[in-house]
Amino acid sequence: MTLGLINANPVVHAKKERIVRAEDNHAADAVDSLDVFDSVRDIRDPEHPYSLEQLSVLSEESITVDKKLGRIQITFTPTVQHCSMATVIGLCLRVKLLQSFPLHFKVDINVSPGSHADEESVNKQLNDKERVAAALENPSLRQLVDECLCSSEL
Amino acid sequence: MLAGCPLRLDSISAEIMQGDDFVYGLIQAVDQEKDPRCLVLTFHLVQSLVKLFLSQLGSEHVAQDLFEVLSCYFPVYFTHKIADDFEVKREDLSDALMDAFCSTPYFEPFAIPLLLDKLSSSLPLAKIDSLKYLNKCLLNFGTERMLQHAQNIWFALKDVILNHLPQAEILSSSVSVLGGDIKYHEHKIATEALICLKTTILQFTCPNNVDFLTLIIDDNVVERSFCSVTMEGSYSDNDDKNDLKLSALGSILSVVANSSIFGCNRVFQDFFPRLMVALGIDLRTSKHSADAYVEIVSQKFNYGALYLSVELLASSRDLIATVLESSNSKDSLRGIWWHLIQEFSGPLTSAFKSALMIPNKITAEGGNSNYMQEIIICSVKGLEVLATYAGEHTPVPRKSFEDILEVFILIIISRYEDPFLWKLSLKSLVLIGSCIARFKDSNMQMIYNEIVVRRLVRLLHKDSILPLDLILEAISEIGTCTLDLISPVIQGLEEAMLSSFLQACVDESFKSSQDLVLFLDCYCTKILPWCHTSGSIEQPGMHFVINILEQMEDNIAFKMKPEMQDLLDKMMMTMKLVVRGCAENNQYIILEKAYNIMLASANLPSNALLVSSSILEGFQLIPDFCELSCKNKMLLYFLASIVTALHQQTPLTNVARLLNLLLVFTLKGHLPAAQALASVANKLPNAVILEETIEMILDSFSSVLSNNHQNEPHMLNSNDGASMHFCSNLQINAVIGIAWFGKALLMRGHGRVKDISMVILKCLLSNKNIVPSSSHHQSGNFIGEDMHYLVARSAADAFHLLLSDSDVCLNKNFHAIIRPLYKQRFFSSMLPVLHSAIKECNSPRTKALLYRAFGHTISGMPLTVLVADAKKVLPLLLDSLSVLDSDILNKDLIYSLLLVLSGFLIDEKGKEDIIGYVHIVIDHLIKLLSYPHMMLVRETAIQCLTAITAFPYTRIYPLRTQVLGALAGAFDDKKRNVRQEAVKCCHAWASMASRSIRF
Repeated sequence: MTLGLINANPVVHAKKERIVRAEDNHAADAVDSLDVFDSVRDIRDPEHPYSLEQLSVLSEESITVDKKLGRIQITFTPTVQHCSMATVIGLCLRVKLLQSFPLHFKVDINVSPGSHADEESVNKQLNDKERVAAALENPSLRQLVDECLCSSEL
Repeated sequence: MLAGCPLRLDSISAEIMQGDDFVYGLIQAVDQEKDPRCLVLTFHLVQSLVKLFLSQLGSEHVAQDLFEVLSCYFPVYFTHKIADDFEVKREDLSDALMDAFCSTPYFEPFAIPLLLDKLSSSLPLAKIDSLKYLNKCLLNFGTERMLQHAQNIWFALKDVILNHLPQAEILSSSVSVLGGDIKYHEHKIATEALICLKTTILQFTCPNNVDFLTLIIDDNVVERSFCSVTMEGSYSDNDDKNDLKLSALGSILSVVANSSIFGCNRVFQDFFPRLMVALGIDLRTSKHSADAYVEIVSQKFNYGALYLSVELLASSRDLIATVLESSNSKDSLRGIWWHLIQEFSGPLTSAFKSALMIPNKITAEGGNSNYMQEIIICSVKGLEVLATYAGEHTPVPRKSFEDILEVFILIIISRYEDPFLWKLSLKSLVLIGSCIARFKDSNMQMIYNEIVVRRLVRLLHKDSILPLDLILEAISEIGTCTLDLISPVIQGLEEAMLSSFLQACVDESFKSSQDLVLFLDCYCTKILPWCHTSGSIEQPGMHFVINILEQMEDNIAFKMKPEMQDLLDKMMMTMKLVVRGCAENNQYIILEKAYNIMLASANLPSNALLVSSSILEGFQLIPDFCELSCKNKMLLYFLASIVTALHQQTPLTNVARLLNLLLVFTLKGHLPAAQALASVANKLPNAVILEETIEMILDSFSSVLSNNHQNEPHMLNSNDGASMHFCSNLQINAVIGIAWFGKALLMRGHGRVKDISMVILKCLLSNKNIVPSSSHHQSGNFIGEDMHYLVARSAADAFHLLLSDSDVCLNKNFHAIIRPLYKQRFFSSMLPVLHSAIKECNSPRTKALLYRAFGHTISGMPLTVLVADAKKVLPLLLDSLSVLDSDILNKDLIYSLLLVLSGFLIDEKGKEDIIGYVHIVIDHLIKLLSYPHMMLVRETAIQCLTAITAFPYTRIYPLRTQVLGALAGAFDDKKRNVRQEAVKCCHAWASMASRSIRF
């Protein structure tokens, strides 16, 4: 790992207001992109004490949910092109979704096109089951992920 | 060392402690002190010191040295949170320091320059503090000493006001002013500055010294901003800077005008005519002709001038009100300002009016609506101010006053499609009404009554374009602003209600019945409560009730359609509310009337209500409720509601016959009759009669419930099925009746309630004897069995009636006798009974009913009571959860039981008791995770599971996998709230074992 911060001075954006949904007693509420966004928006950046939403890594628009096929697709944008934290962020997203949504959803996590120098390999690494499992076996990596997720529980 | 000083210092006499040494000693001790508690003492100490050593302070350097010690603390910068252990807040420190600052005029040469200097600092807190201190110094140091600073103070204040005034308050009154910290500070600075300015003016201005006023009024900056804001077309929507300038100028001028009659005269003399010119009002040309309005409208409206003139008018109005309150010298009130307003009020009214008449057109053309809105607010306020001058001292002539009211009432009547303007006008009318009442001006009162109230009341009677709900809103708001206005309103409303009642019930007009519902709504929710709280109207509504009853006496043909149930409910509520507010003798009159009309109209057989006759005889003689004519049905409803709302002391004649009547209709399934019966039983004051009554009623109920088929009316025995049906219906009615009756006795703490609960319980258990007969395959028996089950179930639900609070009867509002803790007492007497009954019962259906009864008994109970009996309650609670969850009808009960369970899980003592059952609890909760009938149940079950994670680790760890597995299913729940709770719960359980989360 490199010493020092990869992006020492990120642009911080304002948090969007939480949408309180109207209560509908009879209809079923299907999973939608706002649901997914609500569960991942508070994940902390591995480097900074800001949430992914504040750093504009994620937005509601970058998430699509297909109920019929049971698919969640997340496209996130690392703050800098050569960000080596992109894989960690992706891993955090995956773990968080695993904890918050039924297992039958297929989750695809990608960096947005052109936003990362090593786009293809990052995407491949994030969607490879074996490599994700292996990464989560690594104690230091696991701890990093847990810390990032931890802040969102507050 | 400092701590005891203030106390001791007071007791030391000044003679003993001569010399500067003591003072310097103290100064040294105080210097550099940093502990907030000590500082508060220190500041008090300085105050006492100053009092004692006044003579020494005369020598300049002592005062200077002392002040130097103090001045280092200004402005107080103290960021500790309140939760700190100091228990000293910033405000305390600041106030103490302020008192020290102002303690002696000798500080003046040092304090004032310091304060003025800090006033120009950029720190908002410093500004606020400086202004506060300055204000206090002005009051304490004396005019003579301060006069030398007058000019500097004015310059400083002017600077602050011009730069820090947030959006004019009058404009943004609809918008919340306090948005965020910065805005809050700005607002605070502005208010403090204006207070300070007022104090300054009051201190420096006396009739023979006008220098300071001249200083303000002739100030270059003031003059310049006046010219710029009143220039035509200077105002546009986006010009915030101009806006700020305008509101700053407005505040300065109104503070000056508000300070004294003299100041008011100066300001009006200098500015008012110029404003009028800017508004295009010329006394010679504008003679109220329609053309003149058009002319004003067609120019671009001069908003700045409009705003300033309204501000000036408002400040002069407030000035009169304060002067009148403080003294009685009335001759000096009138001055130049008074004559100016008198002269201009006519044209001004027209100008305001024309401003209100145009907006529709302009906004429709796409003009900027924000700007128009401000003009509307301003004009409405202008008219309102002109109409709210204190009574006889008003400079506004009668003609203009009438005009203003006309404008408002016209808007109310015809401009309802513009809700913004409509609401504003209504508010102004209410304000004018209450202002008239405040100054007790009978002349204005008459005009107001004539123009506003009469007009509105007339609207009630004929069809108008204004929707009825708006008429009612307007009339109730205006009526309830003072006492003098309410009586014509009540009268008009009652007449209108009576006529639409007749139309609805005799002519069967559907519209009238809908109108009447609105009327009654307004009458019950606004007018009657106001009358009751104000307490000055005698027997509000009594005439209305009597009138209604008389109408019913005279008219024979009453019709009631099923869709009029809503109307009937409202009528009953009105009756109850009216009767509850009447005194005992009037209640008696109403009751007598209703009772006699009922008897006469229903044409009941004379022996039907004889006391001696058995209830079942009466039962046969009196026709069923559904066979009664509509009129009699209504009368019965009204009679029941009147009885429900009586006082305890109201005398009842014919108690026995009245009770008999109610009892018979209770058995015929008429719920209001059951409630009325219960109300009587709850309130009967005489012990002997009470006992007799209870005996009689109890006998009647138990004879019905004891289910002796032989006693039944033989005429019904012709058909077996129908008879069965009839019989069980009767029993269900009896159960409901006895439950209400029991509730009444329970609330007054009567001993017989025990018997009643036994009767109900017996009725519940009687079901079990029937069950074996289900092997019979005759259809009649099946019906019979079902019928018995229904009776038993209503007996189980009777426990709910017994313990729930009702808002239609038996509550504080309707004068019920309520002993404290009656529910707890019932619970502790019933728990053992239910416990053993459940133990002994071996029929599953009856057991479910018993659990249902148990559920009703505990669901409203305070937690501490339940926890005290946890050993018995908990097993039953868990069993009832598992037994009841199969039936959809029990879903509300399940929810309330879960709430009880969650109470146990959170309560410290409850936790200890529940720990032994934790695995059963978890089993039950997991079962409820998929409860299909109610989302709240699933959500609460998950919350309970989350709460369990706080239990000792060793107990719950083995259950972890089971819980996590079950929660995975909840992730797929169709409701979002449940899913979110499931995620939280899952996290709580998963992270229990280690820092990392594994599944």
